[in-house]
Amino acid sequence: MARDRLVTRRVARWMDTRLGSAKLARTALGKVFPDHWSFLIGEIALYSFVVLILTGVYLTFFFDPSVNEVVYQGSYEPLRGVEMTQAYASALDLSFDVRAGLVMRQIHHWAALLFLAAMVVHLMRVFFTGAFRRPRELNWMIGITLLILSIFNGFAGYSLLDDQLSGTGLRIAHSITLSIPVVGTWLASLLFGGEFPGPDIINRLYVIHILLLPALIIVLLTAHLGLVVRHKHTQFGGRGRTERNVVGEPVWPRFAFKSIGLLLLTAAVLAALGGLAQINPIWLYGPFEPANVSAASQPDWYMAWLDGALRIFPPWETRAFGYTIPNPFFPAVLLAGITFMLLYLWPFLEAKFTSDTVEHHLLDRPRNRPVRTCMGTATLAFYLVLSLSASTDVIAVTFGTSVNGVLVSFRIAALVVPPIVAVVTYRLCRELQLRDEEAGMAPPERPRIRWELLRVWEWPGRRKEAKLAASRSTTAVD
Amino acid sequence: MSSDDERGCLGCDEAAATAAEEAAAARRAEVAVASGFLVSTAGAIGLAVVYWQGGQPQLEGLFLALALGGLGLGFVLWSRRFMPHDPVVEARHPIASTEEEVDRFRQEFEQGEVILTRRKLLVRSAGLAVAALGAALLFPLRSLGPRPGKGLKDTPFRRGVYLVTADNERVRAEDINVNGVLTVFPEVEPNPEDPEEPPRPALQADSPTLLIRPSGTPRPQRDMEDGIVDGLVAYSKLCTHVGCPVGLYQADNHLLLCPCHQSTFDVLDGAKPVFGPATRPLPQLPIGVDDEGYVVARGDFNAPPGAGFWDRDK
Repeated sequence: MARDRLVTRRVARWMDTRLGSAKLARTALGKVFPDHWSFLIGEIALYSFVVLILTGVYLTFFFDPSVNEVVYQGSYEPLRGVEMTQAYASALDLSFDVRAGLVMRQIHHWAALLFLAAMVVHLMRVFFTGAFRRPRELNWMIGITLLILSIFNGFAGYSLLDDQLSGTGLRIAHSITLSIPVVGTWLASLLFGGEFPGPDIINRLYVIHILLLPALIIVLLTAHLGLVVRHKHTQFGGRGRTERNVVGEPVWPRFAFKSIGLLLLTAAVLAALGGLAQINPIWLYGPFEPANVSAASQPDWYMAWLDGALRIFPPWETRAFGYTIPNPFFPAVLLAGITFMLLYLWPFLEAKFTSDTVEHHLLDRPRNRPVRTCMGTATLAFYLVLSLSASTDVIAVTFGTSVNGVLVSFRIAALVVPPIVAVVTYRLCRELQLRDEEAGMAPPERPRIRWELLRVWEWPGRRKEAKLAASRSTTAVD
Repeated sequence: MSSDDERGCLGCDEAAATAAEEAAAARRAEVAVASGFLVSTAGAIGLAVVYWQGGQPQLEGLFLALALGGLGLGFVLWSRRFMPHDPVVEARHPIASTEEEVDRFRQEFEQGEVILTRRKLLVRSAGLAVAALGAALLFPLRSLGPRPGKGLKDTPFRRGVYLVTADNERVRAEDINVNGVLTVFPEVEPNPEDPEEPPRPALQADSPTLLIRPSGTPRPQRDMEDGIVDGLVAYSKLCTHVGCPVGLYQADNHLLLCPCHQSTFDVLDGAKPVFGPATRPLPQLPIGVDDEGYVVARGDFNAPPGAGFWDRDK
């Protein structure tokens, strides 16, 4: 065997004789990815996560999640001499006295916002194009789990700093936990280590934020990507593209270069935001004092729908037999539970209602599935209204109207806007389909939706019928 | 290009011209990619210099963005302009295993299963042990926090406890003017270990209280008629919705507004919720004055302060 002159080749050869890496690498580099701009959104989420990890590790070197009281002596003049927790003081030090600390902190926060945003848009892409259908239901569920974990991790992250805003957020989180029937008080006590604010919550959130949830996210992210490899990527229909193939470009070299380029560009945008656009200026909020609150207390965008729901839900609660199910349970716990439960179940519900249980690798154009598309847009509209409701006070102040008026309008909007959006979307889809047909495109086959399945009470009867039919067919064969 | 060539010599000149154009375009693209990398280099140097000179957040972000963005743009342009992008077709293979493979797996697995389940006693006792271990491992979770008890329902306020400001100073009833509001707390004893340390009553998260003298006659809550001192009322500052401090007092219409979710309470009418998501009135603190005119509690709040919970009425 001739000795390779290039060092890299010698190293590669050494690795190959130990790992058989050449074969693996060849398969990996030859993997085909279909090309479409919407497939990059998930990548943006992944790369924001990379930025989160890198900046986050840097921040851990300086942040101290302790609730010991100290007197601030750092270089931010207005707070000097103020008593505060070590957590808040170290976050101030990170912002003012650690060189490059502020830019890292701000990049980290922006990256979290972009991470969640890219995840949600990616979810929308997968939903509206039907990429969740068999065989990808499991990966859809992993994706939803990733979204939930990331929302929690985002909240845990900005709650660590122990400023006035984050403390208010924690107080609300405590109250929401308390509102859970039967076990709420226990859960709140175990989570906070006692009554609010509790001596342990910051430290616990820190462990959750930097260890527990990131580890889970990394594991699930790996599984998510592993399943993409296993299933091979979906593709839109078109010349030469079928359910039996993948048409695209191999990873090496073009796709790999483009993807690395996208990683760097995502990081660049986050760096620019982190440097130039101020975010979460904790020094303006001051240390957390349980008796104080600042007006216009609003959470990060991905929590806004919950805050909005808390605001516009009517003042109802149930009290029976001396026990209370407090008001926040319904908009915060129940709504969130139903939201994510429906998301988890969607692929199975759709398969059931359309009797469509075969494999799909070709994506739908949203217009060709008008019912799914209009349900999706209506749901988005609902959560958008809820998210905007988190700004009722700001809207009222900005437009000089009464808070009450704004709040009532949002209550009405939450009920009225989604159906309107649904109808408009449905009409739009049909119009676009007609236009396609006029342009000579063959109308796509659309599964019949079995609306009669909505009559859940008929399900047991149906099952019996199905069993009967099955037994009849077997006896017929005999 | 190749299709142009096949058309014969009619397009020969044009082809040559396009070839020259292409070469020039490639040259330009090369320059564009290289300038991306040069911008990146400049950004990196800028970043290092800014840091060395003492740091400046805006410039750090800007230079970091240039360094990353120049590199990223270079890679993207490089890939788009100089790398082959002919579509490649890869076949999809069925995901499910063949019947034969499933059968073979089933046989092998069931062989093992038969061996395992032959000893019923062993299987059952092993199952029991695993379940017991799982249950036992839940117990350490109990260490995370104390049993939730009276703490949620009561505060340090008792009969005879003085109402104090955040600086632990007692409050005289006459110090609060008409339309005046003051946030008060139960008085805190100085720390016996460190008497020098200033006491901080505001750290008691469940007991912030609003002492209000509304213009008009406040109607007390039920059974709290003697908890009012000549027009001065005390209500918990924690919203009964999710516990935010009810921070805004609109004196002209006697309304307390929570800045978090806009629950509104009528101070003249027993702090009843009149708008927003809150369902319960703010708990009232019965107060009186001592001989010197200082405001003092005559008991604890008449309901658990703050957000509701399952057994709050028990």
